[in-house]
Amino acid sequence: MSHGLISTELYYKIFATLMALTTLTVIAAFIDMGALNDIIAMGIACTKALLVILFFMHVRYNSPVTWIFVSAGFVMLLIMLMLGMNDYVSRSWDAPPSPWTAPPSAAPASH
Amino acid sequence: MSSDLHGLVAHQFDDMEQQREAATIGMWAFLITEVMLFGGMFMCYTVYRTLYPEAFQAGSHHLNIILGTLNTALLIGSSLTMALAVHAAQNGHRKQVERLIVATILLGSLFLAVKAFEYTGKWQENLIPGPNFAPAEPIPHLQIFYALYFVLTGTHAFHMVIGIGVMVVMLVMNRGGKFSKDYYAPVEMAGLYWHFVDIVWIFLFPLLYLLGRH
Repeated sequence: MSHGLISTELYYKIFATLMALTTLTVIAAFIDMGALNDIIAMGIACTKALLVILFFMHVRYNSPVTWIFVSAGFVMLLIMLMLGMNDYVSRSWDAPPSPWTAPPSAAPASH
Repeated sequence: MSSDLHGLVAHQFDDMEQQREAATIGMWAFLITEVMLFGGMFMCYTVYRTLYPEAFQAGSHHLNIILGTLNTALLIGSSLTMALAVHAAQNGHRKQVERLIVATILLGSLFLAVKAFEYTGKWQENLIPGPNFAPAEPIPHLQIFYALYFVLTGTHAFHMVIGIGVMVVMLVMNRGGKFSKDYYAPVEMAGLYWHFVDIVWIFLFPLLYLLGRH
């Protein structure tokens, strides 16, 4: 299996699963489930990404070194998101940064 | 057989298999830097969405979900043709590689066409962040959502343009008979890049188009 030769049938199956998951995530988005909506949407997105990485990108059939590279990258991403958000959500005493606003136009508004 | 490979295996490698593995790991190291690039932008999205959930909800609700879903389907389809192209290259079917890469380029171009159509709509509705940002109904901080929408989808679309360029190079190399059953690494590496760009969209689609539906 070192050559990474997968049958075309499997590719079509993965494609069908990805399309089914896309339909599912769109349907789920229309149902109000509160915080669950985000969890479901991200869960489906992660499943789809995993299918692409493992099969379309052949990682499942690659050497362990590739596995280490790929997983290290995503672990670092998680660390960035989690530590970053830790900082943001625990600084509620700071006012949120003020958004960019349009400079006042040359002609002052008439009011 | 090893004499056929003479010249295809660089002198620092023992054999073709080792060369292919090195290429794969190198490509993934590059893709991880891309993960970090998009990761920073996703981080920015998460921070601002936590700060201004209403603005993100409203902005997302305004995006065209039909076009977004269509684009998701187009990209997943292009990933399929790409995977099949690599498969054809592994089997040394040159004609098939050509047809499948052309299909991948077509699907990718269709994706960009839909994106251009969406951008035009935003332009006409004055939803481009900047001095002329003027949504029909003013929502506080809505501009932040659109700024992130354009930066995220714009960077993604730029990657698509590069991907299409890479595919054109693969077509030329394939025409020139550069690939064989034994040597197809460039097609495989180009495929990794293409699939990665697909994965970015897999996350952009729910984060931008789906969050404000219900």
